[in-house]
Amino acid sequence: MDRSALRVGNALVGNDDTAAALEATLIGPAITFDEPTLIAITGGDLDPTLDGQPAPMWRAFSVPRGATLRFGRPKLGCRAYVAVAGGIDVPLIFGSRSTYLRAQFGGHEGRALRVGDVLRTENPPHLSDHIGQAVRTGHDDGAVAVASWSAGHALRVRYSSEPVVRLIAGAHAELLAAPSRTKLFSAAFSISSSSDRMGYRLEGVELPLRNPVELLSEGVAFGTMQLPPDGMPIVLMADRQTTGGYPRIGEVASVDLPLVAQLKPGDRLRFRPVSVDEAQQAYVMHEQDLAQARVAIALRHPRAKEAQS
Amino acid sequence: MHYSALGDRAVLITLGDSIDEATHRRVRAVTARIDAEPPPGFVDRVPAFASVVVHYEPSRVNGVSPSPHDAFVAGLQHILNDIRDDELPPARVVEIPVCYGGDFGPDIDDVARQHTIEPQQVIDIHAAGDYLVYMVGFMPGFAYLGGLSSRIATPRRQTPRTAVPAGTVGIGGEQTGVYPLVSPGGWNLIGRTPLRVFDIARAEPALLVTGDRVRFYPITLDEFRAWTE
Repeated sequence: MDRSALRVGNALVGNDDTAAALEATLIGPAITFDEPTLIAITGGDLDPTLDGQPAPMWRAFSVPRGATLRFGRPKLGCRAYVAVAGGIDVPLIFGSRSTYLRAQFGGHEGRALRVGDVLRTENPPHLSDHIGQAVRTGHDDGAVAVASWSAGHALRVRYSSEPVVRLIAGAHAELLAAPSRTKLFSAAFSISSSSDRMGYRLEGVELPLRNPVELLSEGVAFGTMQLPPDGMPIVLMADRQTTGGYPRIGEVASVDLPLVAQLKPGDRLRFRPVSVDEAQQAYVMHEQDLAQARVAIALRHPRAKEAQS
Repeated sequence: MHYSALGDRAVLITLGDSIDEATHRRVRAVTARIDAEPPPGFVDRVPAFASVVVHYEPSRVNGVSPSPHDAFVAGLQHILNDIRDDELPPARVVEIPVCYGGDFGPDIDDVARQHTIEPQQVIDIHAAGDYLVYMVGFMPGFAYLGGLSSRIATPRRQTPRTAVPAGTVGIGGEQTGVYPLVSPGGWNLIGRTPLRVFDIARAEPALLVTGDRVRFYPITLDEFRAWTE
């Protein structure tokens, strides 16, 4: 859901963007590591602890064999990501390693994890090995070893339980009655409890159309805001369907999708208008920040390059 | 052909405003050309009744000036400017066995009653049809079929069922289709196919893709039970 946090986590442990990580929503798992493992926790702050001590976030660290990672109550946001060096060994389906619960495929047996599951990692890339060696230098085998560097502020989305989210006006925004258009960009919406990975239902503000319309189904995007006949908008999220037939009144700027992905039922958000151009500038800037961070991590661990050549 | 932004990472190509075979051919032609020559930054394409959505990666398009959107649209225009729909590959014909009525098709009597015909006539009319996959969407492998006879077109049920079994054949308004996965559904259920409509273990998981021609033929309950793919 929070693609930015997932990718930053992978970068911190030296993985490619496509490596599988764990997504923990609201209530995190307890994970015992059978091998010393380089990991990073990013995304929402679910109060992670390692053997009872606070665990770092946005920073790579080496977990000793036998240690247990736990999560507490959500302090900020609701989804934490645990990236492990090498990534979790799950099949690549349609170019993705994610779990699609609705159709029960992808990820670990197409389902959410259960107590007792054992996950394996893939062979870590050389860069991960070198980060791990550098982090562990000067530490005992049985100790937690934390990297001296961390993800910069440009890579950490400023999560909030009441964010202002940039929205690009959609193809059918002009079908909104005038008061609806005003409300769309001024009122506070709250996240309904019937929200899931497919879509976030927004409550509290109804946005009537000028007239009912019948549309042909067509493609939708991550962040498309649909308006069903009841006037309560739905923002389509990671597990969205490929097509939809409801009016599309907006698309959330991609760079702000993590802000939405970290909201939980009851949280509120507002929208402010943005152009496609501005949204793309912000997006490309975030991509450049991430690319620069990857370069910086590789430069810091130069032996990785020798090993690859 | 009209290009518009679908947010900051997708472009909507509008090719018409109705469900008809001419529009459908343009959709197929555009999709085939994009598949053959994906422009820089291409991620995925989603053909629908009268449009194609193309998802792309703004940081990978060919140039960002004046904007990634403009650059990507220019890339699409470049490959689509001489598009023709008279050189499409012939459509596949997919034949789907259906065990009509009984427990698999609990609504067949309702459909018959609404048209004051016999249930057997519903089967005869449904199995005589020549159907076209206009689009795939809603859930993995769900094909929207056009070509249902108005003699058995039947409005959706007042109250949707919470779980329709995979393989169930239904009628919803002027459309017919096969549920690929267990899902909620408001269509009138008239039968079930023993074929796996969506199977992640297959090289091509979806039984039906956009542009396919589809025919249904009746099988008995014994044939359904003995069916092996």
